[in-house]
Amino acid sequence: MSVAIENIPSQFEVLDQSLESQMTLSMGPQHPSTHGVLRLELQLDGEMVIKTVPDIGYLHTGMEKLFEYKKYQQGIVITDRMDYLNPLGNNLAYVMAAEKLLDLEIPERAQVIRVMTCELQRIASHMVWLGTHALDIGAMSVFFYCFRQREKILNLIEACSGGRMTPSYYRIGGLMMDLPAGFERRVKQFLDDFPAAMEMLETLVSGNTIWQSRTKGIGIITAEEAIDWGLTGPCLRGSGVDLDLRRDNPYSGYEAYDFDIPVEPDGDVWARFRVRMRELYESYKIVHQTLERLKPGPIKADAPKVVLPDRDDMRKHMDSLIHHFLIVAEGFDVPEGEVYIPIEASKGELGVYMKSNGGPKPDRVHFRGPSFVNLSALPVMCEGEMIADVVAIIGSLDIVLGEIDR
Amino acid sequence: MADTTVLLEFVEKLKAEDSAWVNDFKDARGEVTITVPRQSIVDVCWILKTKYGFDMLADLCGADLGPEEDPRFEVNYHLFSTKHYNRLRLKVLLSEDEPNVPTVVTVWKTANWHERETFDLFGVIFDGHPDLRRILLPSDFDGHALRKDYPLRGYEPYSLT
Repeated sequence: MSVAIENIPSQFEVLDQSLESQMTLSMGPQHPSTHGVLRLELQLDGEMVIKTVPDIGYLHTGMEKLFEYKKYQQGIVITDRMDYLNPLGNNLAYVMAAEKLLDLEIPERAQVIRVMTCELQRIASHMVWLGTHALDIGAMSVFFYCFRQREKILNLIEACSGGRMTPSYYRIGGLMMDLPAGFERRVKQFLDDFPAAMEMLETLVSGNTIWQSRTKGIGIITAEEAIDWGLTGPCLRGSGVDLDLRRDNPYSGYEAYDFDIPVEPDGDVWARFRVRMRELYESYKIVHQTLERLKPGPIKADAPKVVLPDRDDMRKHMDSLIHHFLIVAEGFDVPEGEVYIPIEASKGELGVYMKSNGGPKPDRVHFRGPSFVNLSALPVMCEGEMIADVVAIIGSLDIVLGEIDR
Repeated sequence: MADTTVLLEFVEKLKAEDSAWVNDFKDARGEVTITVPRQSIVDVCWILKTKYGFDMLADLCGADLGPEEDPRFEVNYHLFSTKHYNRLRLKVLLSEDEPNVPTVVTVWKTANWHERETFDLFGVIFDGHPDLRRILLPSDFDGHALRKDYPLRGYEPYSLT
């Protein structure tokens, strides 16, 4: 981990006054606690961090360029690869942007299934966060218990979409297919076991005095600074700002659900940890409510020129076959215009800016990744902290480099 | 469609502050877009932040209209308020010969990385930015990858080695 850089590349601005005790440390991009390929240029005085310069882009794959060369329905697959811990959230933001341009009405059942799978995905994403965050701080066994819960959710997502990590379950105008038989029973089984698992995790981590002393009072960011730096999601709520887009800019029928928004005032690693732990219970509540609201009905919008027809219809109706051929071969034209769709992903506000010039391919798709913005505030939180705490702060931000670099 | 009367009030208020600030505005799909002349973008952002509660810059992104267009580039500012939860889009149009726009880092610190990204991928220059260098692509990269005239696979021949 510790490699002193003697010839610092010129693009990094470094403080002038070099004391005997000062050094510049390059942390990453292969360091396991940087959650991927993040590199930090740390200016240290002894063990204290004076300045942090994050260096990103190691995972840049030009996805925003690729969107412009793919049809709208092909873009859904690319979004899975951005925030790979919360792929359904990315799918949702992307298809909602296209649906808003097309002015589509989504049936009730599809909305409920979207909310249910998104909340399950949020639990899975938070489980990875908790496991890796604990692993970074030194609690090994939490990781295995968290991944056991995540595995159950991935099995559920695999059952409904066919993919574990890359579901691409949503389609413009609805869903890929309906839930398989017995899916509700399996969700109920998972929900029955979940409170006990959460209680175990709480006792394993929250009550641990080592955990508390490693997280309390570390990496503080005030509410004003958090807003100024554009933090969203649990990081913002950990600074005492009561903001959740599911309640404040409701989408996909979230206004009909009853859930609380956890807020912690302290703004440190512990507060962000508490917000996410409490959020897991809220997601659990929402999934419970979706099971009650799940009624039989259509799962695709009534738009034959956009939504693929059922296989059964294609065998009986000539026009269904024609529509199917045209959608697959040529795509569908989307009216001109631009939209910005924000959703509350597991890490914060995931915004999609989509611009159409008409025609089957988007003119511009921009993803506002919550990790990208949250990471940009890292230097503020790390200033004056110990180098071992930098690891804890990165873990509390819950970043995914696939989304940052796109 | 969402109701935009509240947002249109902000347009009227901006016009009342200085009529030169609003070149044009568009109300489509429940979203209001204000086209702002480039020299007054910082003033408009500052007034919107301090007076009308738009305290968060949710997103800043560029877009290329195509090499034959003039103005060629647009920069979109997506403003959000954590108090009244409204959203507003500001748009600045830039020509290819002079793709300069004043930075809004002085208004919201979060603009720092967004502007670096836009500079990296479009070549839009943000005057006064404290640290304007490439962020996603390597510093020796040739060209700006999200411009429409930049080929999908780059200028170099495709090779795995």
